[in-house]
Formats: sequence, C-alpha cells, structure tokens
Amino acid sequence: MNENRDVLLTIRDLRIEGRSDEQWNEIVKGVDLTLHKGEVLGLIGESGAGKSTIGLAAMGFARDGCRISGGTIDFDGIDLRKASEAKRRNLRGKRIAYVAQSAAASFNPAHRLIDQYAEGPVQHGVMSRGEANRDATELYRRMQLPNPDEIGFRYPHQVSGGQLQRAMTAMAMSCRPDLIIFDEPTTALDVTTQIEVLSAIRDIVEQFDTAAIYITHDLAVVAQMADKIKVLLKGEEVEEADTRTMLNAPTQDYTKSLWAVRSHTRPEQPPVAPGTTPVVAVRNVTAGYGTLDVLKNISFDIHARRTVAVVGESGSGKSTTARVITGLLPPREGEVLFNGTALPPDYRNRSKEQLRQAQMIYQMADTALNPKQRLRELIGRPAQMYLGLRGKALNERVRELLRLIELEPDDFIDRLPSELSGGQKQRIGIARALAAEPQFIICDEVTSALDQLVAEGILKLLDKLQDEFDLAYMFITHDLATVKSIADEVVVMKEGIVVEQGPKSEMFQPPHDPYTELLLSSVPEMDPDWLDKLLEERAAGGAGASVEGAGN
Amino acid sequence: MLGFLTGLFWVAVVVIAALAAGWVFRTAAIAVAPKKVAKALRTAPLTASFGMLMILVYIVVAIFAPLIAPFGETEVVSVRNAAWDDQFLLGTDNLGRDLLSRLIYAARNTVGIAFVTTALAFIVGSVLGLLAATIGGWFDQIVSRAVDVLMAIPALIFVLLLLTIVGQSIINMILVIALIDSTRVYRLARAVAMNIVVMDYVEAARLRGEGLWRLITREILPNAMAPLVAEFGLRFCFVFLTISALSFLGLGIQPPLADWGQMVKEFSGLITFGIITPLLPAGCIALLTVSVNFVVDWQLHRASGLKE
Repeated sequence: MNENRDVLLTIRDLRIEGRSDEQWNEIVKGVDLTLHKGEVLGLIGESGAGKSTIGLAAMGFARDGCRISGGTIDFDGIDLRKASEAKRRNLRGKRIAYVAQSAAASFNPAHRLIDQYAEGPVQHGVMSRGEANRDATELYRRMQLPNPDEIGFRYPHQVSGGQLQRAMTAMAMSCRPDLIIFDEPTTALDVTTQIEVLSAIRDIVEQFDTAAIYITHDLAVVAQMADKIKVLLKGEEVEEADTRTMLNAPTQDYTKSLWAVRSHTRPEQPPVAPGTTPVVAVRNVTAGYGTLDVLKNISFDIHARRTVAVVGESGSGKSTTARVITGLLPPREGEVLFNGTALPPDYRNRSKEQLRQAQMIYQMADTALNPKQRLRELIGRPAQMYLGLRGKALNERVRELLRLIELEPDDFIDRLPSELSGGQKQRIGIARALAAEPQFIICDEVTSALDQLVAEGILKLLDKLQDEFDLAYMFITHDLATVKSIADEVVVMKEGIVVEQGPKSEMFQPPHDPYTELLLSSVPEMDPDWLDKLLEERAAGGAGASVEGAGN
Repeated sequence: MLGFLTGLFWVAVVVIAALAAGWVFRTAAIAVAPKKVAKALRTAPLTASFGMLMILVYIVVAIFAPLIAPFGETEVVSVRNAAWDDQFLLGTDNLGRDLLSRLIYAARNTVGIAFVTTALAFIVGSVLGLLAATIGGWFDQIVSRAVDVLMAIPALIFVLLLLTIVGQSIINMILVIALIDSTRVYRLARAVAMNIVVMDYVEAARLRGEGLWRLITREILPNAMAPLVAEFGLRFCFVFLTISALSFLGLGIQPPLADWGQMVKEFSGLITFGIITPLLPAGCIALLTVSVNFVVDWQLHRASGLKE
C-alpha cells in the first residue's frame, strides 16, 4: 500500500501511432513505465526509438501527425487520456514541466527571460508577478547562473547556450512540478558547458525532490543523471534496470552492443619521417569575417595516410579552418600548401585538378545532398566532371563506389536522399568525396548527428578507405571519444589559436595544457560517480578548473 | 424571406454539385493517371479537384473553340440583343452576334493571352531572380534596385502609362504586363533561391567547380520549383484580371476579337434592367480565378509540408 502511494506516473501498454504516407503506423508499441516520486528515469535509445514521443505522452500530449492509440497514462491518480483538455492544460507547466533540447529555439526571442519565467506561475495562479520575479532570481542563483539578479532581464540572444539551457530548467522548476521531462537537454552543448548544465540540473532535481524523465542518446550522460534506465529500440522496451545494474550487467544483446560501442580504435600510425612533404600544410594562417579575426596564426600539417583531428568547442575556429583550406574564405595572411605548392586562396581561382584533390564531407548529410537528385547523379557527377567518365563506365564506377560504402548498388542507385536513413546519407557523402579520387578529405563533424552505433560504422568505413586509398583526413570534431578512436595527431583549438598539437598518444597522456585538460576531463564516462568525482576534483583546483570554457 | 431561403438553397445545391463534380473527377483521374501522379492526386481536397476539372474544361474549350461554338466569332447572325432561345442559347449581343459563341472564343483570347504573358513574366523574373541569388554582389544590387523602382509605381497606372507611350497592340500589352509582373516573380524567385544557395549541397557543387548554368539548373531550380509553380497559378490569375480590367477600360483586346472583360463593359448597362447576361462573362472570369486558386492552395499546402 505504502509502495503504491509513492507512485507518481504509471504508463501501461502505451501505443502511439504516427501518420506517414497516408496511413497510421505504430511508432510506440506497448511500453510500460512506472515512476516513483523523486525518482529519475533515463530513457535511452537511437533516433526513432520513440524516446521523445513517450516523454511527451507522459504529459498526455502527442505531436502533430501523431496520436495516442492505446494504453493508459496515469499521473498521480489522474487518467491523462480521459482527462479533458482543460484539465490537462492545467497540469502542464504546473505539475508536469518540459525542458526541450534546443533552448535557443524554445525561448520566445521577443521576451525577456524573467517574463517567460513568470508566465507559468502567474497563469496557473501559483504566485503573483512580484513573487515570481523574486523566485526566478532565487532559482537562477541555485542554477549557478552568473549575475542571478540581472540575468533575467536579458533577452534569450544575450545569453550563451549553456546558460539558456539552465534558465529553461529554472523555468520548468518555477511551479515546483512533481515531474519534469528533459528531452536531450545537453545534446546541443559543448562538453565543457554540458558539465555545468548537468550538475545544475541534478542539484535542483535533488533539492526539490522532483521526479524526472531524462531522455538522451548519450549513455555516459544518463549514467550520471538517472536512478534507473530504460533502453528502447524501435518503440519497444529492451530492458529496464537501476543504473548500476544496467551499466555493469546488461542482459540483452542490444544493450551490450550499445555499451561496447566505443571500442573501435585505429592503431596509431608511426610519425612520418622528418622532411616528408605533407599533403596539406596550413602555414601561419590568419583569417576572419569582417574586421574580426577568427583564426590567429594557425599552422599544422596533414600527411598521407594520417588523420589529424581538430578539436575545440564551438566558436574555436575549427570549421573556419576548413573553409580556409577549401578556399571558401581566403585568409588575410598565411597560405595553404598542397603537396608543397601554394593553393590559390580563393576556390574560384583553383584549377579543376586542385579542386579534385581536396574533398569535403559535411556534418548534416540532410543539407549536403541535393534532395532532388538520385544517388546515381549525386555520386556520379564528380566522377563525370573530374575523370570524364561517361555512360557505361560512369554507371560501373557509381556501382563500385556504392559497394565501397557497403550499400547494395541495385537497390540504392536510383533512390533519392529522402529514401535513406541518416547513416546511409552520410555514407553517400563519403562516396561523393571518394568519387573525385582525392588525396585529402575534410570531415566536418561527420558523426555528431548520428547515433552511436551508426557513427561507429561510419568511422570504421572511413578507416578502411584510408588504408585502401592512402587518404589524408582532417577530422573536425568536438567529441573526444571520436578523436581517441581514429586520430593519429590532434590539434586543440581555442578562440582561433592552436593551444596544443601533437601525436594522439602524447595528447592523451599528461601533462596537458590546462585547456586540453579541461576538455579531456569534461568527457562523460560510463561511471555513475564520474560527475561527483570530477566536481570534487575541480573544486580542489584540478581537472582544468583554472580555465573558462567557451560557454561562459 | 422566402427569396432568401431559395437563394440559400440554390447556393447549397451549386456548392454540393461542384464538390460532387470534383469527387467524380478525382476518382476518375486517380484511376487513369500513372501511379506517382495518382498518389499525389489522392491528397487533393475536393475544392482542388473541382478547380482542376474546371481548368481542364477551360483548356478544352479554348483549344476546340471553332468546333464547339455554334457560330463564328464575329458573325452577325440575328437581331441585336435577342433574348435567350433555342437557337441562340444565351441570346445575342448589341451587334447581333451569338453570345455563347463569343464567350467560347473569348476563352481562347483571354486565357491564351494571359497564359503567354504569365509564361513570359516567369521566364524573365525567375531567371533574373535565380541569377541574382547565385551571383549576388553588384548584379543582385543592380537588378534588385531596378525592380524596386518598377514595383514602387502602382501596377495598373503604370501599365496604362506604358501602353500610352508604346502604343496599343496585343503584343505591346503582353510585353508591358509581363514586364510589370516579372518584378513580382523576381522577388519570389530570389527569396526562395537565397535559402537554397546557402545549403551545403550548393557549396559542395561550387567547390566541385560547377559552372553557373549547371548550378542554377541542376542544384537550385529543382528545389525552388514547388513555390514557383504555385506562384505561377496565382500570377496567372492576376494577369488574367489585369487583361480583363484593361479590356474593360478599352485598352486591352480590341473588338472584334471577343474578350470577357470587354463583354462585361459592353453589357454593363443592361444590369439595371435585371438581365442576367452581363454576369455571364464576369462569371467566366470569376470561375477560372477561383478554380486556379483552389489548385494553387493545394499545391502551396503540399509544398509547405504541413500535415493536417
């Protein structure tokens, strides 16, 4: 009986259907969920697993084009499926709150933070406007936001992404709800910022004894946050257990495969002989937009068969470096050498041969592939243009490339990008780069939009292709786990300056530059105590505590 | 009161009949059309189906006018202003020409000229708009400012002014209206293309070293087609109304060629006698405009990717 009273949310046999191609398809297939008061449940799974859909259903809500078709949702004795819209609306914000993935997109840019904070409590009649304002300041302080007395009077664009995410969590807390749903709150943030948001969220959830559903695809993050974890796959539950059991002894094969995912490592190549001409050499490059210098005196080399990982937080100039190398942004000073000869700074002045040798793979495969072209044309065009292949030879080449990226040619050659999954799209991006038969490829965050298992496949593929074609990679990323698995050399950037560079084995061994230390220590580990230990260490002045992350 | 109710009854009957016609048309079209088109057609609401049916009817009438019309376009066949009877189904006009035949021939003149004008406006406007977005810089500045100047002057007054300067003829009218309307098309094409030009795949194509022509025709235009096609339908209505308005003012298609706008003008005096005839050409204009808009609405909805 006592056990029963404790239960806050019970979901039984939840079924949700989504509409596509003019019919209803089941996307959540009978999921059960029980949440006790003050408990944090982690929902993890790949994209399309139905995590967010279940999170929203816990509020009795279904997105446009979706409908809850079966099961019961019982929140503290209220059947959310049968409750009237008015009743549900009264619960939302007051007793159940929601924190979205992109705070920047979820705040109304036309109102100040504190006005948006006060809207909920005032609407629900929990507080007066004056009380809400005082309360906001108090919560901003608890969320460890800088200048808690003033920050509320800023507009969303005037604060950083990490602060905005914390302000949003504070806002969700405003009515002291019983349940908060966090939908990937740190996915869009840098690792250093992520730590601050995670610790702030965890503190406040503990202080107010709020129950939470924490949705994420990052296992290490969920290990820090959740009391128990539920693993989902394609709308069905794989298994559920408390965090430590789940991490140490998963029972299902799928879960084990998720856990094992970071195992891929490429053996580090021996350093090149001194005097070898690098494929690409960036020499003393200073570049920027307008009068602002984004890059300041950058130099590094990339050799054949080597992967150079360029690491840094957002705004550190990683992508700008890529734009300088490709010629999209002519540098103010310095030059880019290709096999020892200087490239014309502007891509428009480069010869076809020079353009062919340096290819690029983009982060968002969705926007990098023309949605109106079939794979035959997408992949075939570079081969046709640079190598002059026509007709049968071209067709054969496209098929060969599709086989290289492990897609069945007959099945895929006439598809449109919209008929592919995220990982397949990224493979097409790789095939397009390969079609030009280049010596050098820039990979701009190629795996960051992908699920871990899929990303792993992409990394393995890149690895295989490097061996086969002697490619030189410049790998731009903010994910140090990726760096660990594939890089030969690492370049750490901060605010347009190269902070540290060298072979991977050295970079991951102390002593580090303080900034590198900060980055390295901020990567979440699969240990439920990791965050506590790290915070302790930082409080004691270690683990890069002396440097500011980019978020603040 | 009774009159009002009968009116309401007839309106309801007409609406239901129209939707029923739309439904029949859609069912038939889905059965006949190839698989891909049929799939798209299935998403068409009844209003759009009705619109498509009507447009089809107009096209057939315009193309086969000499076969359908009982009399010649300019043939004087009876007394002036004859009433409706078995031989002259809709009576005759003020010169004794058969009104039904005139209406049918007018479909050919008005719709044909409107179509040519819109097509011309589109070719000029979208080519310039796509070029401006792709090249940018000074080219964009010069063309955009020129378009601003043209758009600053009220369209109808500007058309009247230009027609007075260059002289009244059908060719001149087509060119002048096309010029004015191409500015609107330019704006849209440029705005749509601006959003596409910044996509990674366009950047990739540029880095590949693709030429301007291929960049526009293969990378940008296919992705800009949906809003442009929808705009074509809408623009067609405006052009069509402008031509009718000009004809009404006596500057458009000249007699003895039949034209709906001009017919409305000629018969406008009769409306005071409670005769329904002047409403017929006006109804032809209205029906086509509404039909095109139904179809455009559906296309815009599809292009925007909204789901109901």
